[in-house]
Amino acid sequence: MGTKLNNAAAGTANYVDERTSIGGFVKFFARKIFPDHWSFMLGEVALYSFIVLLISGVFLTAFFVPSMDIIHYDGTFPTMQGVEMSRAFASTLDTSFEVPGGLLMRQIHHWAALLFTASILFHMARVFFTGAFRKPREINWLIGFTLMIMSLAAGFTGYSLPDDVLSGNGLRIIDGIVKAIPIIGTYISYWLFGGEFPGEVLIPRLFTAHVLLVPALILGLIALHLFLVFLHKHTQYPGGGRTHKNVVGLPLFPVYTAKAGGFFFVVFGVIAFMGAFFTINPVWNYGPYDPSPVSAGTQPDWYILFVDGALRMMPGELWGFPFEWVIGGYTLSMNLLIPGLIMPALLFGFMAFYPWFEAWATGDRGEKHVLDRPRNAPVRTGIGVAVITFYVILVLEGSNDIVANLFHLSLNDLTIFFRFAIFILPVVAFMVTKRFCLGLQRKDRELVLHGNETGRIVRHENGEYIEVHEPLDEQARWIAVNYDDIAPSVVAPSHNDRGVERKGHKFDRFKHRLSRFYFEDRVSPVTPAELEEAQHHH
Amino acid sequence: MSQSDQSQETTEPDSFQDPGVPYHRPRLSDKDPKAAKRAERQVAAMFGISILGTVIAIWAYFGLHDMGEDVESIQQTNTVIGIGVMLAMFGIGWGAIHWAKTLMRDHEMVEERHELRSSDESRAGAIQNLKDGVEDSGIGASKEGVPRRGLLKGSLITAMLVAPLALLVPQIGNMGGDWNVGLLRHTMWKKGTRLARDPDGTPIKASDVTIGSAFHVIPEGLNEMGHGKLEAKAKAIVLMVRLDPRDLTIQPGREDWSFDGIVAYSKVCTHVGCPVALYEQQTHHLLCPCHQSTFDVSDGAKVVFGPAKRPLPQLPIAVDDEGYIIAKSDFDEPVGPSYWDRLKTPDGDLTPEEGSH
Repeated sequence: MGTKLNNAAAGTANYVDERTSIGGFVKFFARKIFPDHWSFMLGEVALYSFIVLLISGVFLTAFFVPSMDIIHYDGTFPTMQGVEMSRAFASTLDTSFEVPGGLLMRQIHHWAALLFTASILFHMARVFFTGAFRKPREINWLIGFTLMIMSLAAGFTGYSLPDDVLSGNGLRIIDGIVKAIPIIGTYISYWLFGGEFPGEVLIPRLFTAHVLLVPALILGLIALHLFLVFLHKHTQYPGGGRTHKNVVGLPLFPVYTAKAGGFFFVVFGVIAFMGAFFTINPVWNYGPYDPSPVSAGTQPDWYILFVDGALRMMPGELWGFPFEWVIGGYTLSMNLLIPGLIMPALLFGFMAFYPWFEAWATGDRGEKHVLDRPRNAPVRTGIGVAVITFYVILVLEGSNDIVANLFHLSLNDLTIFFRFAIFILPVVAFMVTKRFCLGLQRKDRELVLHGNETGRIVRHENGEYIEVHEPLDEQARWIAVNYDDIAPSVVAPSHNDRGVERKGHKFDRFKHRLSRFYFEDRVSPVTPAELEEAQHHH
Repeated sequence: MSQSDQSQETTEPDSFQDPGVPYHRPRLSDKDPKAAKRAERQVAAMFGISILGTVIAIWAYFGLHDMGEDVESIQQTNTVIGIGVMLAMFGIGWGAIHWAKTLMRDHEMVEERHELRSSDESRAGAIQNLKDGVEDSGIGASKEGVPRRGLLKGSLITAMLVAPLALLVPQIGNMGGDWNVGLLRHTMWKKGTRLARDPDGTPIKASDVTIGSAFHVIPEGLNEMGHGKLEAKAKAIVLMVRLDPRDLTIQPGREDWSFDGIVAYSKVCTHVGCPVALYEQQTHHLLCPCHQSTFDVSDGAKVVFGPAKRPLPQLPIAVDDEGYIIAKSDFDEPVGPSYWDRLKTPDGDLTPEEGSH
């Protein structure tokens, strides 16, 4: 039996290899080494929730009817009897209440989408804070960034498909923002909606985007993303024996096949659990889209909240200064353009190109495969926390009615507070985080020099009491001292020795200021000499 | 430890030395065959749970309830299928991970990296190949005897650039319908249209509108429309309230737009177009639940808070012979969010006089 099976396997392998030379690939891939860390799973969660999205999405396409034709509902759900609605909404109800497992799949799909976008952002944060975007991975950061944008597009197009009153209002908001675009805004709106809002073609168009265009792009980009991960070999956290020139870990086959493969099923299990027990987006309670009704506490899916928050925060007029201008009879709505387009463009632009900015500002040019501990890059970590603070304020403002209700605050006061906070708190967050990082670096120094407190008090012969400190072991000490200690760049003098002004001196001074911004405040790692001196003190 | 101490004493380096990959710490299952056996049984049990989960899901689909009975039973079926799927997935996942963590060899291995940059040789080879190709094609600088065909380059690039238009122009052109953006300036309100209740469409008598009450209003006849009903409704929705006339500040030029304290304003927010549906009777404020623009109905629906800039457009109203409230005209400006040429008509500027005749 065993040998028969082996023979069959060998025969198949031979057959395939003679036609594909797959043997070379298998040799290359099978025992590829991957380092281990829990934070490396965040990207996996994103990948796996995308696979769950594909699986559950295929189920749903069998029942969803992407049509805006108006019908009168006559299905099982009692409170919607006879209500006028689009076929899209009716088929959503039918999928939920007449297809066993249909509602489960809808909820699995929606939860997986929320997890997909969330895990992408967490994965991006991990990559950012550990400096994994540095050379040679800048291009892969950009691919990942594009995937993040695509995940938002996938989410929003899908969210709108049921044609319920909430998603319809979401589309109306998009329509409002699009119309604010100077000169061509109304035409873009007509192009999207096939005429006036809401029109009769949007749902089929969104459907095509949602099930074909966007997922195809995501799949292609994922393939590219993972190809580059293989090509670059995975980054690793600092530790004994780990350098920029090697990778330390366990082989893809069998350890990561089992761990990562198994983790897919765990992610699927978690999503299935949420789909089974937690209702999400109960469109049957909201009703079909109708331009007239709307309820308080209307929230989009979480990943849109930051734009919604910006829209809520931006005043139409501030201290008598209007943000809608009429210039030569033409209307320019800065109160829409700033939060709806300019802010996201600046935020996303900064995110997309940060790797190049940092490399340029710090002058760092080498390949980096060992990750930074966030404390060892205080300014970058500070920038990251500042951006997160900015984002979180927008998300909170995007749910300000719920926040106000929950904490019994005045809605208007909350918005006014956030209008100030959006400028002040990110700066504060940056400074506090930077200090935190420097403090942690000093703590590392302290531990290397004096070791861990043991809690053991010893009395010396001369009557002096001291607490015994236990020196760090070699591995822990290595992690605490093994980081680059970079000093700010030095500017060449403005005039050469003959008193002629040097070309490009001003630019150098600007770059020097950036370099100082990054590296002026720093804590150097302990040197062996310092350690020896500290030990002599005792 | 001792190694680095020694090196310190002799050469005193600037930095510590890499201690190397830590020693492998054996797991319980590495040392104790019984523990390994136990782990094996646990893994098998988890795979068993997965199979059980699949059985539960299939049983729930076929056996739990008759199909399409009622909402309750189908919800139940959904939940139980969900539990089945969850177990089916968790079982495989946890089993595989437990296997990897307890039984698979976990000695860390080291693989060398290679600089990504190609070798100088292959770079030179690549450049040479491209040069040869360019020469063979005649695009670039020519070898002797091979004429340079610059015309080809220019015409090819031009053709490639404009070719997408052959597809894109019809595509984009068709997608916008009739492109009649002028529709945005008008709603279905016109002189004499009765104000009717939303959603049932019954006309409203002035006598029904008591002080402090608010009505969600649509034009009479909207519900009977076939095509274009939602588009019409999206622009024509109105909120009508009656205030104590003493509380009402009449806007100059609009003295005859209200009737005995009854005012009607467009319900489409001038911010991004959500329905401004929440009326606060005490303060006469209208609140948009989407982004909290707040309008003061007693004072020309001017913005008192939030992101909107412009007041809600007012619908001029009167009362007909039968006592029903009617519109005196369409709105005198486009309703809803601002757009680039909202103040322009095809013939020129849109003025209040023009719109209100």
